[in-house]
Amino acid sequence: MVTLHHYLVVSAALFALGVIGVMIRRNLIVVLMCLELMLNAVNLSFVAFSHYLGSLEGQVFVLFVMVVAAAEVAVGLAIAVAVFRQKGSIDVNDVNLMKW
Amino acid sequence: METLMFYILSVVTVGSAVFVVLLRRPVYNVLFMILTMIGLAGFFILLRAEFVAMVQLIVYAGAIMVLFLFVIMLLNIDQIRPPVQARDIRWWAGALIAFALFGLILVVIKGIVLPAMETAVVAGQSNTELVAKELFTTYLLPFEIASVLLLAAIIGTVVLIRKQS
Repeated sequence: MVTLHHYLVVSAALFALGVIGVMIRRNLIVVLMCLELMLNAVNLSFVAFSHYLGSLEGQVFVLFVMVVAAAEVAVGLAIAVAVFRQKGSIDVNDVNLMKW
Repeated sequence: METLMFYILSVVTVGSAVFVVLLRRPVYNVLFMILTMIGLAGFFILLRAEFVAMVQLIVYAGAIMVLFLFVIMLLNIDQIRPPVQARDIRWWAGALIAFALFGLILVVIKGIVLPAMETAVVAGQSNTELVAKELFTTYLLPFEIASVLLLAAIIGTVVLIRKQS
């Protein structure tokens, strides 16, 4: 019997992996991908709650999250391309113009 | 059967997510990310959310990941500079923080108690129909706002990517 907690643990694992990726990776595109991983982990818990609470709101919300994720990826990749044109690399450590 | 499917999908999804985080070449990361997305779509089907599962496959595995692949191929990132990944203090600190976060989430999850409810699906109506009804009645305004957001994203992307001439 698979319970809500099983799904939530998988979701938490995916989210933590996404956090690890954002923390330790330097490649801007991989960082964006790990952000996607975190969004997907949240989507999984939304759908799990939706199923186990017998309501549809979670699934509707997942659709909105997907819309936002698509917009975020498009803009993020555009920024990555712009950074690459400017700096010649997409290492996040090279993007420090506005750091201080 | 459902339990077996759940564990298979968990192993596939979490395993490929590990590869997404740890593999060095961005192309491999994207390919394993697609595998993660497909695993998540499998989870959604297990949870009787067929519409979301199909959208997951089409939008994520289909569109978004292809967008990533496009950028990686166009920029030729693989060839230009092999990313140096020194395991410095920041690496360990990041991993430690993420594990601490995982532990915290697990503690929170342990405390969740569901109200006793039957999860009966309304017979005779497909999941798509139910979601559509909800989306086009209760959530009509957010739906329209989402389309405006997508328009803004399109314009923003075009402006950002345009060559300064």
